Amino acid sequence: MAANENREELSAFSDALAVLGAGLGAVLGLYLTVYSNDPVMKFHGALLGGTSILGALYVLSSLTGKPGEPRDFYHDGPIKFAAIAAVFWGIAGFIVGDIIAWQMAFPWLNFDLPWTSFGRLRPLHTSAVIFAFGGNALLATSFYVVQRTTKARLFGRWSPWFVVVGYNLFIVIAGTGYILGVTQSKEYAEPEWYADLWLTVVWVAYLVVFAGTLMKRKEPHIYVANWFYLAFILTIAMLHIVNNLTLPVSFTGTKSYILFSGVQDAMTQWWYGHNAVGFFLTAGFLGMMYYFIPKRAERPVYSYRLSIVHFWSLIFLYIWAGPHHLHYTALPDWAQTLGATFSIMLWMPSWGGMINGLMTLSGAWDKLRTDPVIRMLVVSVAFYGMSTFEGPLMSLKAVNSLSHYTDWTIGHVHSGALGWVGMVSFGALYCLFPWLWKRRGLYSMRLVEWHFWLSTIGILFYITAMWVSGILQGLMWRAYDELGFLKYSFVETVDAMHIPYIIRAGGGLLFIIGALIMAYNLWRTARGDEPVDAENQPLVAAAPALREKLAAAE
Amino acid sequence: MLSKHGVFERHTWLLSIGVLIVVAIGGLVEIVPLFYLKSTIEKVEGMRPYTPLELVGRDIYIREGCYVCHSQMIRSLRDEVERYGHYSLAAESMYDHPFQWGSKRTGPDLARVGGKYSNDWHLAHMTDPRSVVPESIMPGYPWLSQRRLDASEMAEKLKTLAAVGVPYTEEMIANAASDLEAQASPESDGADAVVTRYPKAVIGNFDGKPDELTELDAMIAYLQMLGTLVDFTKFDAAGPNLR
Repeated sequence: MAANENREELSAFSDALAVLGAGLGAVLGLYLTVYSNDPVMKFHGALLGGTSILGALYVLSSLTGKPGEPRDFYHDGPIKFAAIAAVFWGIAGFIVGDIIAWQMAFPWLNFDLPWTSFGRLRPLHTSAVIFAFGGNALLATSFYVVQRTTKARLFGRWSPWFVVVGYNLFIVIAGTGYILGVTQSKEYAEPEWYADLWLTVVWVAYLVVFAGTLMKRKEPHIYVANWFYLAFILTIAMLHIVNNLTLPVSFTGTKSYILFSGVQDAMTQWWYGHNAVGFFLTAGFLGMMYYFIPKRAERPVYSYRLSIVHFWSLIFLYIWAGPHHLHYTALPDWAQTLGATFSIMLWMPSWGGMINGLMTLSGAWDKLRTDPVIRMLVVSVAFYGMSTFEGPLMSLKAVNSLSHYTDWTIGHVHSGALGWVGMVSFGALYCLFPWLWKRRGLYSMRLVEWHFWLSTIGILFYITAMWVSGILQGLMWRAYDELGFLKYSFVETVDAMHIPYIIRAGGGLLFIIGALIMAYNLWRTARGDEPVDAENQPLVAAAPALREKLAAAE
Repeated sequence: MLSKHGVFERHTWLLSIGVLIVVAIGGLVEIVPLFYLKSTIEKVEGMRPYTPLELVGRDIYIREGCYVCHSQMIRSLRDEVERYGHYSLAAESMYDHPFQWGSKRTGPDLARVGGKYSNDWHLAHMTDPRSVVPESIMPGYPWLSQRRLDASEMAEKLKTLAAVGVPYTEEMIANAASDLEAQASPESDGADAVVTRYPKAVIGNFDGKPDELTELDAMIAYLQMLGTLVDFTKFDAAGPNLR
């Protein structure tokens, strides 16, 4: 009885805190809308104010609900929200990416308008795929995994909702800002100071929810996937804060000037930039790999010892690799050499992780043939292995002198982003939708097959085109004629890229079609349509609660 | 030894602190020394803060995302030095908050583009790139010459930069708004004062519209000064670097 009262008191306290927080957000947002002279700041203030008011109304309306209503043990609402957001932003980000790919083949597609020109759309693409698609996939899976592996409900009553809604508000503020010309120009850290501050608040809440859930766990040990998620959350906090130290020109305006300058700023940026790859796009998604591959394959992780070595060596080595983005620049040589050396060493933990993921399928390799979701997850790990081999190679100064500033880098990034991050997220989403919406399986496995092949072929077109254009352009820049003069003018090297650019944009289009098929499939699954090929689906495709009944029926 | 790992798996706090220590080391070793090593903080003769017009041009350069296709960092490689000029020095971006080194050359490097083309060429190129370079894939920026320059926060911008370490004097801050206009009005009295305050500043009617100060004026003024401040006929990398 006392415990019950205690809980009621706690939830009343949370409700009050949530309304108070939303009220503060509304006041701040409306203040900026009214008093700022900067039209973009007015707009973003209105977004914050509007979202806060809606949030407060939602919290208040929930208070009138029946108190006796039974609730699920796990808190899955915010996970569903983030999973849907991941699909939505993924498709939006892929489409913007393909538009700018076509712009590079046919420049009239820029339409000579500010809001559609390459320079503003490119950050929109990178942020949409990395932070909006990848970020929501990480939020959804980390909240799912941490609950299932700790046997505890998410920490906090409204905080998980604040994290997912607040994070997506950040995405909208950042993305609309780019289109309207608000940017810091630091790659993958383009949002201006006020968006950065908002993200910091959201991120601290994320850490509190995640670590809080770990602390109230019912299992004695913290599962390996959670080590990676925790390292991702903590390190991104450190990187985000240091790289975005900036001084606003006015507190009601969007513009700011970064605290550091020149070489110090460049080093800080690429320390951040490379570890956005290392911790956002790698450590976080490795957390995904360590849960969804063993779960789906119904096999334990290949090696516990390898997990430990993989984890600590990966997070220690990655942070040093940034200077390989600055070879032969004004950054001191010793820093460049350190960056290259650690990048080479990084190959080992990367492949250790790949082996741990792949070998988890020991004794279950036949599932590659029967379960396209497993195939997607496994191919993502194969792409991870490929791009983490290519990366150290490109970090060598001799190779980098050719590859840097060219499309080779773009190709490398996309073998990691489309192949690894994209495919592992698709695999996880295909697992999550039936599990979260309590369905007996996916709407259609055949459509997963189509998605798998369209994306795989699309990625191959993409990377090979970029190898050709990158290496070709790098060689043309340094070619000399027999008299010792540079052989090609710059614009001749641009002209030579035309065909590879068309092939790349075509590959991207295949990838988008695959993602649209996924969205359709997941929508039909969530809606509750009967699977068209239930007999082809493994038992593990069904929601955990249904499996026993399904097994008995067979 | 691996059997001892259990202690991290049983304590969220220990795991978090362990992670933070491990990920802090690399950054500390690579970033902190750059704030006191001679080669990264030395000054080179000729470097000065941006004029107000150049600074606004630089803000527009950032706003339009020029850095996603243009680098401003000439590497110490033979072909780059022959194509673009002397390799870039750390000191040349010491007043760049943030740096604009870039990471991709869809278009050419711009670190030393200043003075290589006429104002008229830039005007034509920014308005319709393919009118002067038929194979170019650069977007056109016709709106720059149609937008009046927003000079509202000029002094505040200089003050903000001074606060993060750019040596803008009180005189520069006090004259910020008038210097902005004067640099694009060759006939005005203020033009000489701009050059006195900011040596080597290029004065000109950049956008071909004598009575209007547009965003294109600022953009071209910025492009025309890039890489022109240090005199490399006198620079000696092994010497005292003309500090």
